[in-house]
Amino acid sequence: MYPNQSLVNFVFPNNLHIEWSLMIVIYPYITGLVAGAFAVSALYHVFHVKEFEGIARFALVASFCFGLFAGLPLLVHLGQPLRAFNIFFTPHLTSAMSIFGYVYSSYMIVLMIELWLVYREYFIQQAQESTGWPRVIWKTLSLGVMEYTPQAAAVDHRVTTFLAAIGIPWAFTLHGYVGFIFGTVKANAWWATPLQPIIFLMSALVSGIAMLLLLYSFVRWRTHRPYDFPMIKRLMTYLWSLFIIDLVLEMLEVFYVMYEHGQHWAVIGPLLSGPLHGSYVVGQLMILSGIPLLILSYVVLSKSWGRPLLYLSNLASLLVVLQVLFMRYNVVIGGQMISKSERGFAPFHFEILAKEGVLSALLILAGPFVAYYVLSKIIPIFDDLPVKPKASES
Amino acid sequence: MSDCPSEGRRGFLKGVLASTATAAAVTTLKPVLGTALADQAETAEATFEGREFAFVVDIDKCIGCGKCVQACTLENQVPKGSNRTWVERYVGTEEGVYVDALADADTGLGPLDDALRDQAKWAAFVPKLCNHCENAPCVQVCPVGATFNAPGGFVLVDPEHCIGCGYCVQACPYGVRFLNPETHMADKCTWCYHRVAKGLDPACVTVCPTQARLFGDLKQEDSPVAKAFVADQWRELKPEMHTHCRVYYLGLHREVV
Repeated sequence: MYPNQSLVNFVFPNNLHIEWSLMIVIYPYITGLVAGAFAVSALYHVFHVKEFEGIARFALVASFCFGLFAGLPLLVHLGQPLRAFNIFFTPHLTSAMSIFGYVYSSYMIVLMIELWLVYREYFIQQAQESTGWPRVIWKTLSLGVMEYTPQAAAVDHRVTTFLAAIGIPWAFTLHGYVGFIFGTVKANAWWATPLQPIIFLMSALVSGIAMLLLLYSFVRWRTHRPYDFPMIKRLMTYLWSLFIIDLVLEMLEVFYVMYEHGQHWAVIGPLLSGPLHGSYVVGQLMILSGIPLLILSYVVLSKSWGRPLLYLSNLASLLVVLQVLFMRYNVVIGGQMISKSERGFAPFHFEILAKEGVLSALLILAGPFVAYYVLSKIIPIFDDLPVKPKASES
Repeated sequence: MSDCPSEGRRGFLKGVLASTATAAAVTTLKPVLGTALADQAETAEATFEGREFAFVVDIDKCIGCGKCVQACTLENQVPKGSNRTWVERYVGTEEGVYVDALADADTGLGPLDDALRDQAKWAAFVPKLCNHCENAPCVQVCPVGATFNAPGGFVLVDPEHCIGCGYCVQACPYGVRFLNPETHMADKCTWCYHRVAKGLDPACVTVCPTQARLFGDLKQEDSPVAKAFVADQWRELKPEMHTHCRVYYLGLHREVV
C-alpha cells in the first residue's frame, strides 16, 4: 500500500538515499544512556533514595563513560568533521542544533566536576600513600591538596548535591533537545509531534536504568561479589513505572494520529503497515515492549527475590535496552523512509563496513564499556571492589 | 536581511564567483581572476540589493524533454544520483495517480506503460527545483548559518562554512537538497547564481525550448515573472508549510506535491 492514492512507489530523486544513518540512530541512544544513568545517581544524591547508595557512584561513572562517546557518532556522521567546532564558534541561533555544543560540553563539565568531587578523597589518599611518578599524577588529580578535612567533606557533599540537582535538568535538556530536533521538523510527518522531546526523555531514562542494571549484574557476576537485591527491586520499580509512562506516550502519539486520521496518517498508516511493520509493530511494540512489561509487572508486583529476581530483571532490562534501540531506529530511519513526495517510501540498507555502517556503530557502542573497564582499573567504583586489595586482605 | 551579515557573505560571494571562473583557469591566474571577480561579486551584491528574483514554471508548456536537467548537470557539475532539478511525470487515472521522474540527464523518461496510457484522465510534466523560500526551513535549522538568504531572494549554501550535518536536507519539505557525495556538503539549486550575477538566466531557463521555465525580477514590471505573478493564477508547492516559495507554478494540478 502506498500513501496518498499513489499507483507506484514514487520517491523524490534526492530522497532515495537515507542521509541520517546508523550514527544518528546510536547518537540519541548513547545520550539517553547518559541521562538515564545520571538520573539514578541523582536519585540518591538529591532525593535520598537509600537503596541506590551503593550504586550512586557506579551510576555516575557509567553516565560519564557514555557521555565520553555521545558526541562521537555525530563527528563520524559530519560531512566536514574538521569544521565540527564551528557549532561553538559560529552558532546560528535560530537553529536548535546550534546549542548542541554548549549543552553537551557544559553537561560534561558538570559531570566531570561531580565525579571529581566524589573521588577527591580517594585522590588525596592515593597522593599521600604513593611515591614517585604515581604521586605526581595523584597529586595533580587532587589539585595539590594533600589533606581531606571533615569541613572539606561537608562542603564537597553540599556541592555534589547541588551539582546533581542542576545536573538533572541539564541531562534532561541534553536528551530532550534531541527529541526537539526531530519533533520540530514539520516536513516529516513521523517526526513532527510536540510529544517527541518527552518521548525521547522517557525512553532515555528507561534505557539508562536498564543498561545500568545489565552492567551492574555483569560486573558483580565477573567479580564474584554479592548482588544488592533491595537495590535491584527498587531499580526495577523505577524502570517499570517509567517504562509504562514511556509506552503510554509512544502509544498516545500513534493512536492520536491514527484516530485524527488527517494528513499525517495518510503517510504514517502505510509506513507502519509497510516498511516499518517488522521493526516497529512486531519488534518495538509486540516483542520488545509487551514482554518486558509483563516481566517487570511480575517482578515488581510479586514477591520475587534472589536469583529469580536477578534473572528476570536482567531479561527485562535487555529487552528494554533493545526496545529503545529499536525505537531510535524506527524514529530516525523510519522518518526518512517517507519521501517528501508523500507518495512513497525509500528503502534502507544496512551497510557493514561503511563509515556509518554496522561495524562503526558497534565499535562506538562498545566504547563506553571499554572506558568503564579502564576507569575501574584506576578508581574504585564499588565499595567492596577496591582497585588494589587492602593490606588487611592481602 | 538579518540572516545575511554582509561582511561574511561578501566573502562567500567572492568565493562563489572566483571558484566558478577558476574551474577553467590556470591556478596561477587565480589571485588575479579572483580579485577581478570579487569586485564583480560586490557589484552583483550591490545590484541584487532591493531586487526580488522569482522563478515561474508553466506546467502547460513543459514537454518533459529533460534539457533542463541536462543543462543543470553540466553547468553545476551535479554528481550522478543527486539532483538540483528534475521533471516529474504525473498521470491521473480513476484508480489513483501515477508518478515517475526524469532525474538522470543521460537516460531521460521512458515511454509510458500502454495500460496506464489507456486509463489516463490527465497528464502533466512538473519541473522541480529549489523554491528559494522566503521563510526557508533550511536557513532556520542550519546550525552554523552556512545556508542563508542572500540579497535578491536567493537561498545559498556557503561552501566555506557548511559542516555537512544534513539537518537542512531533513528540514526541506520539497526534497531539493542533498549531501553532495564529492564535496560532503549540502548542495542544491542556486538558480545559477553565478550566471545571474553576470546578467544571464539560469542554465535550465536558457535551454528550455518551450519557455516553460521563466526567471526574472518581480520588481521589473515588464519581466515575464512579474506578469505571471500579477496575473495571480499561480500556486506554490505545499503552501501548508508556510515557506513562501519564490517558484510560482502555473497550471499546477491539485495532485502535485
